Amino acid sequence: MKIQRKASSGTMQSSDLMVVVEPSETLQIEIESTVKKQFEHLIRAQITTTLEHLGVQTGRIQISDRGALDYAIAARIETAIKRSSEE
Amino acid sequence: MAKNSLGREIPAQWRGRTLDPYLDPWNKKPEVLRATRPLVRRSPGDSKLLPSLRAALEKCELRDGMNISTHHHLRNGDLLLNMLVKEMDAMGLRDMGIASSSVHAVHAEIIPYIRKGVITRIETGVNGLIGEMVSRGELNCSVIVRSHGGRARSLVTGEVEVDAAFIAAPCCDITGNMNGVHGPSACGSLGYAYTDARYAKKVIAVTDNLVRYPASPISISQSDVDYVVQIESLGDPRKIVSTTTRITRDPAGLLIAKYAAEVIEASGLLKDGFSFQTGAGGTSLAVADNIRRKMAAGQIKGSFGCGGITGYFVDMLEQGYFETLFDVQCFDLNAVDSMRRNAGHREISADLYASPFNRGSVVNMLDCVILGATEVDVDFNVNVNTESSGYLLHNTGGHCDTAAGAKLAIVVAPSIRGRLPIVRNAVTTVTTPGETVDVIVTERGICIADKHVDLKKELLRRNLPVKDIRQFHEEITQITGIPKPVEFDDEIVALIEYRDGSIIDVVRRVRE
Repeated sequence: MKIQRKASSGTMQSSDLMVVVEPSETLQIEIESTVKKQFEHLIRAQITTTLEHLGVQTGRIQISDRGALDYAIAARIETAIKRSSEE
Repeated sequence: MAKNSLGREIPAQWRGRTLDPYLDPWNKKPEVLRATRPLVRRSPGDSKLLPSLRAALEKCELRDGMNISTHHHLRNGDLLLNMLVKEMDAMGLRDMGIASSSVHAVHAEIIPYIRKGVITRIETGVNGLIGEMVSRGELNCSVIVRSHGGRARSLVTGEVEVDAAFIAAPCCDITGNMNGVHGPSACGSLGYAYTDARYAKKVIAVTDNLVRYPASPISISQSDVDYVVQIESLGDPRKIVSTTTRITRDPAGLLIAKYAAEVIEASGLLKDGFSFQTGAGGTSLAVADNIRRKMAAGQIKGSFGCGGITGYFVDMLEQGYFETLFDVQCFDLNAVDSMRRNAGHREISADLYASPFNRGSVVNMLDCVILGATEVDVDFNVNVNTESSGYLLHNTGGHCDTAAGAKLAIVVAPSIRGRLPIVRNAVTTVTTPGETVDVIVTERGICIADKHVDLKKELLRRNLPVKDIRQFHEEITQITGIPKPVEFDDEIVALIEYRDGSIIDVVRRVRE
């Protein structure tokens, strides 16, 4: 899948996250999280896995995380990417 | 550097004080006489009234290095401590200590005065920004966190000398008789201030409601008060105990409460004479609600409810579920109203409530207490002081006092909070030793200390989700992932005193 336009998904509720994606020449992942100190490595790993799974190679991915679990991160990213690549 | 019995590294000395490493909850004994204060003589016609806080500070002959105190019954509505710190700065006082019963978010206003060197010591736990900045090494201020009982003990033994106690008095007369139940700044119980009134070198009643003699009822009496100061306002009434305390509507919280109530029932303690304490959190109140239903169903008459009192406990008193409420602090305005009308709603001092060093405190008579936690560990140690970020953000309150006193100390908490697992291999900071914690209840499982063999059997018989705490730890971290440990520097920024004055843990500067 390819990020065609700016799109977002998620909320800023506790245990959720907000994902904003937009087109970019390179792949940029920006993470802001209430548990960045403890979980940044796992959040980044989950984002990377999800993007690979969706075949996304470029784009700017911004995450505002409020302590979401891995499945929520995967679901929110997938939704944002699908929204950004719809015709 | 020696290790205390929980394996925490405690230095022999810290900022001039020799430290006594924590050993166990029971065996440290007091080796001193009660502290005292000078006697004075007041003759008929002597006036105690002073025109301003400044005049009172001067009359107390405060010098650099001394301690003042306030109480925290006005919580985030308190204006007095900030005013006092500003006055002390204007007088040129430096190196002062704050020995108040707690410091709240509203007191972040004193941060510039800490930077300036007016305040260099806080002899109590801190809630909010000051603690965070101390943890980051941004404020040069020693913090010693004490429980409610531990703070009372430290004044009674003279370990902490309060040179001038400024007691916010919502209702007061010209001789210093005061109560907390009348007036625009009514906060209810003045429980924490009793100890100051008995042990501070000078006691100043500060009021925004000076009434004709005698103020009634009398909580703290004229025989203990040196001076009286009238000021415009003690606090912002919207923030004085004005939080509306409500039962949680969160399904996980309700499930936790249901489990906790079943644990209490299964323990056999829920019978005539039952005594109980909860905090004001939504889940704690839901436990109380479940207990009330079980008491109604079983026609059980309890003896007393205790602690910070909420409207919920007032209802239970008025409906006959308890005969007495022991109130060291009102959590809402319903509790304040109740103190005016219910003879069974008794104001008690922090010393009577929770001190380990007297001839017996109320916590020793508790059957069951419901407690919170930011973390627990596989040895049942509980942390309420720091968060998993490593920052010192919360005071202890009565946590370790009630856990030590109650027959059954139950911690209620969600298994995961913003991705952080509640159970750790080791808590960041020990507030309350695992030896005094009996049960941990989450929505995903219940963990019981090994010593409660019969209770465990009974819970299993009732098909409740009893889990071994180490296996439960694994189960949760499989969902959350294993958090990277927060890194700390060697520098110690705060001490966590256990209620008996030994050092149960220290807080180190967080490495950013």
